[in-house]
Amino acid sequence: MKYVDEFRSGKLARKLAEKIAHASDPNRQYNLMEFCGGHTHAIFRYGIHDLLPGNINFIHGPGCPVCVLPTGRIDQAIHLLENENIILCSYGDLLRVPATERKSLLRVKAAGGDVRMVYSTQDALRIARENPEREVVFFAIGFETTTPPTAVAIQQAAAEGLNNFTVFSNHVLTPAAIQSILQSPEVREIGTVSIDGFFGPSHVSAIIGSRPYEFFAEEFQRPVVIAGFEPLDVMQSTLMLVQQLNEGRYEVENEYSRIVTREGNQKAQALVAEVFELRQLFEWRGLGDVPYSALQIRKQYAKFDSERRFTIPQIDSPDIKGCECPSILRGAKQPSDCKLFGTLCTPENPMGSCMVSSEGACAAYWSYGRFRQGDRAPE
Amino acid sequence: MIRSNTIDMTHGSGGRAMAQLIDELFIHYFDNDLLRQGNDQASFSISKGRMSISTDGHVISPLFFSGGDIGSLSVHGTLNDVSMSGAQPLYLSAGFIIEEGFPLVDLERIVKSMAEASATARVPIITGDTKVVERGKGDGVFITTTAVGMIPEGVNISGDRAAPGDAIIISGNIGDHGIAILSSRENLEFETTIQSDSAALHEMIEEMVKAVPEIHCLRDPTRGGVATTLNELAQQSSVGMQIRESSIPINSAVSAACELLGLDPLYVANEGKLICISHPDDAPALLSLMQKHPLGSNAAIIGEVVEDPYKFVQMETVLGGSRVIDWLAGEQLPRIC
Repeated sequence: MKYVDEFRSGKLARKLAEKIAHASDPNRQYNLMEFCGGHTHAIFRYGIHDLLPGNINFIHGPGCPVCVLPTGRIDQAIHLLENENIILCSYGDLLRVPATERKSLLRVKAAGGDVRMVYSTQDALRIARENPEREVVFFAIGFETTTPPTAVAIQQAAAEGLNNFTVFSNHVLTPAAIQSILQSPEVREIGTVSIDGFFGPSHVSAIIGSRPYEFFAEEFQRPVVIAGFEPLDVMQSTLMLVQQLNEGRYEVENEYSRIVTREGNQKAQALVAEVFELRQLFEWRGLGDVPYSALQIRKQYAKFDSERRFTIPQIDSPDIKGCECPSILRGAKQPSDCKLFGTLCTPENPMGSCMVSSEGACAAYWSYGRFRQGDRAPE
Repeated sequence: MIRSNTIDMTHGSGGRAMAQLIDELFIHYFDNDLLRQGNDQASFSISKGRMSISTDGHVISPLFFSGGDIGSLSVHGTLNDVSMSGAQPLYLSAGFIIEEGFPLVDLERIVKSMAEASATARVPIITGDTKVVERGKGDGVFITTTAVGMIPEGVNISGDRAAPGDAIIISGNIGDHGIAILSSRENLEFETTIQSDSAALHEMIEEMVKAVPEIHCLRDPTRGGVATTLNELAQQSSVGMQIRESSIPINSAVSAACELLGLDPLYVANEGKLICISHPDDAPALLSLMQKHPLGSNAAIIGEVVEDPYKFVQMETVLGGSRVIDWLAGEQLPRIC
């Protein structure tokens, strides 16, 4: 596959691995957080660990939209399904995320709820057009990458006068989350978690550019390297982070320059700004309430906002007892530190959200890296 | 002639309409002496030896796809299941569950395709059943087929016979069927030239078994793909497997489609491929035999069986690292970011 295989070459990987081994200082640890689930997935899918020296540690961040969605939001969607005559459309991974009372959208679907798995916002619009007598709710989820298509869908619905289509917005913002991690007590005060540098998101940065990271690279004195999702991107970025740390620099560097610019995709940014505005507060699994970390639909498009169209109660949903997803999402714990990991919680029967998506740290550990936890019981 | 354009409840009632449907459609296309006898069963003699039987329900959506349809698939799928024991299939039976209102022209197209598949495979459909369910109680048509076959003497192929050191061979490119089906689904707007690999493999197997009666395991990696099949075999034989990503044959259009949809081709279904596990000394002969057959031209050795109390299937990635190839969890769902 042209333009992809080049970024997965074993030969180049070995060369890069040698450079990293040569550059890294054996007398120190390099604790590097990959914010995005896409990076976590690449690291495990290609076995990048095996090529790197033991003192380079990947800390998995919260950049997996399904993982950071608090249970309450899914409970709210289930409430809508059970109380209103709606069709709920969403992306696949979300359907399996555990909700309260051992429910999930998939289980509600099996019990008769009209849940449709879609691949794009256009599918949801089509369903709305085909079912004019039904209310169609699109469960919008994702970071800055998936927000522009949702904005387009809302504008399209407005232009078509599609009055049975609304969006349940759960779009969240990356810079706010990174800042929240850096300000968390574990990192700031107690010092139990040491994060020396960040792999910056690739697709998200294609939209927002590399400029938004400049503030906290400076403020928190941590280097950021915007990294592509291919395995060689991750390795090249590892080398760049190691070099910055060795030289005591904390800059924003862009490894993914074939896609990402400093200013990002301004057309997409403008489109999003037309339809969405900042939410004052949004709850993240693991990070708690983070100010100005999510988007809500502007008043001008209020009739396409599920939260205004329907009465949705605030649902306080406790996390599952023993589930360490919150600490794992902050980088404070590893999946194998969780008592449920691989015993009660597996991809077949996920208890926590990090076990659901292939971008979740627990699912990646379990599905791809299980042989590294040799002491865990075999099936 | 059958007058109506669609199937209605009378076509399953046991009355004249049903008899007419059977005569003018099923017997017309499947035509053979045993079926023509018009009994509720078919009787035949067999030589002495071990038999193999398998049954498979087909509920695919859409019914027609690039490279096949539910008719040809229902023949190939079951013939393959029987022949994975090393058996040569002899006969097929077919049960139809048809939804009221189903267009007769579509049913005819399906039956014709089944007849062609059965003729090409040289395995006749000798008995069958037709039921009609009310509109909304089925999804067009479901077809269940059963095949029986005879296992040549001295052949003992079973999923529990993989032993450490054995070679793992795949008969060709992976993932063609699954991607062809996905691209035929209406809600997925992408077009490909990828065709389903749906095919009956027993003739290739006949040659393989003749050359190497000592083959340990054969299995067709259908639902759940190569990853799931290797895990099943590892579990059954209490062994581990070690495969190499760079050795796995795949059409570049399939890998591109998987890349776009966020799918792992190792988990995508095949309908005309087999995985063969044999003693490493037998592998070169089997491989060259498969590569000479039109259904095995891209065959490759992809790894070997190893000792492993955890029964893991592990893969050396193209990058040179390693990872577990796990069982498929749930449906394979595309990533969303």
